[in-house]
Amino acid sequence: MDNVTELVSGRGDWLKSVNSEGGIVISSRIRLARNLGGFHFLSKCSQQDRDEIQALIVGAINSSALGGHFFYVHLDNMGPLERQLLVERHLISRQHAEAEGPRGVALVGDETVALMVNEEDHLRMQVLYGGLQLDKAWQRINQLDDQLEERLEFAFHEQFGYLTACPTNIGTGIRVSVMMHLPALKITGEIERVFRAAKDMHLAVRGLYGEGTEATGDFYQISNQSTLGKTEEEIVEEFRDLVVPRITEYEVQARELLTKQKSTMIEDKVWRAIGMLKYARTISTEETLLLLSHLRMGLNMGMLNDVDLDTINELFLNTQQAHLQIITGQRLDGEQRSKLRADYIRRRLSNHQNN
Amino acid sequence: MLCQKCKKHAATVHLTEILNSEKREKHLCEQCAAQEGLTDKAQQPINQLVAKFVLAQTEAKELSQITCPDCGMSFLQFRNGGLLGCPNDYEVFKQTLVGLLEKAHEGRTQHVGKIPGGRENKHKRQHELMKLRRDLQEAVNLEDYERAAALRDKVKGLEENG
Repeated sequence: MDNVTELVSGRGDWLKSVNSEGGIVISSRIRLARNLGGFHFLSKCSQQDRDEIQALIVGAINSSALGGHFFYVHLDNMGPLERQLLVERHLISRQHAEAEGPRGVALVGDETVALMVNEEDHLRMQVLYGGLQLDKAWQRINQLDDQLEERLEFAFHEQFGYLTACPTNIGTGIRVSVMMHLPALKITGEIERVFRAAKDMHLAVRGLYGEGTEATGDFYQISNQSTLGKTEEEIVEEFRDLVVPRITEYEVQARELLTKQKSTMIEDKVWRAIGMLKYARTISTEETLLLLSHLRMGLNMGMLNDVDLDTINELFLNTQQAHLQIITGQRLDGEQRSKLRADYIRRRLSNHQNN
Repeated sequence: MLCQKCKKHAATVHLTEILNSEKREKHLCEQCAAQEGLTDKAQQPINQLVAKFVLAQTEAKELSQITCPDCGMSFLQFRNGGLLGCPNDYEVFKQTLVGLLEKAHEGRTQHVGKIPGGRENKHKRQHELMKLRRDLQEAVNLEDYERAAALRDKVKGLEENG
């Protein structure tokens, strides 16, 4: 692939997969942070160091068994719109998009793996799958780490484990994140329960695009905070057996409550969402996310059958700023984008009905 | 028990306050507790935790004098940026960092997860030796000298290979 804009013609595997836990768990992501021994961390690296680190890591990827599957994208000579596209697809962090200097990301075509080079650490590997697939994600990333470790020497300390630029990531360097869709808890005003449970279990709750982002459209990213003193498997198990079931249960209860006691209110929300999406002439990203969230909830609660999950997922992805502009081939300001977004959604939803 | 404030919802947040040696109990529902700021809705980002904690630590002035000879990172710089400059900083600032690590990692300061390949062998060897020595002791205690001799040979072999 020569140009990341070609990505818009497809969809990452994680957005295609069947939903698990009644559509409440959207995706499972595991990230490992690594630094090369013998180099400073990035805040103390020269331009030349960064070039060298990048060359070493890219070289290791290409010479390993992984080589043929990856393509490497240099972010420093890429336009802001294309970088934003990668953020919207959850392939790089916002910080990585906005940073400066030699840096990039190695991607596989199905978008399940992204290896960020020269982000906060020299190497941040990510594996992303749809639904609740943490074991599979851990196996894959552990294997990737092994393969790269044959060719790279990572900074490691007997007591502190893998060393990272920020002391909050040391030890395993692992961050397990599960993206959850919790609209009913938001509607019943019980989302606070999630925050409290998260606090009890030493977890962080973030928005759709990770660190420093708001939870728009009822999507919450839940991830571990401590990385030292537990094994990777223990952290993954805790998510699989404790965290996800507990929060899923809260959402299920809230949905049951709404169905039993507020069925008219909840149906009204879902049908209003359809109405707005089908007929609006101008619509913002935030409103789109919120309405699509309600649509998704309606579908998962069995209230709808004339829209499918694939269409909803496609709309989530393609109505985002950079996607919209790249798909339509137009560079637009906010107001024009809102009109174009409404047009795009209307077309997709009416097409769908005719099919 | 109903929430003391709104008297509508079940109280799920229970708080005991001691004010002027007078004990007071509060029983609130989630909403009222959130209103009173008793549950922090916005989770504290980990970076802020670092900044806060390190800030408190640095009140001991001499800390700010320490600088890593490898990368030139000073403790003050780390406090402001939240990021370290090189692996050696973990040794240079170790004493202060251990406190911070305890806070950030649920009181734990020893890595028990994955170990890089080469070191894993070393680690495995140490682990193996430990087990063999334990078995050896058991064999001696049981006066099973044949087994003990075999185990002793194994321990020797492993030690020499390392």
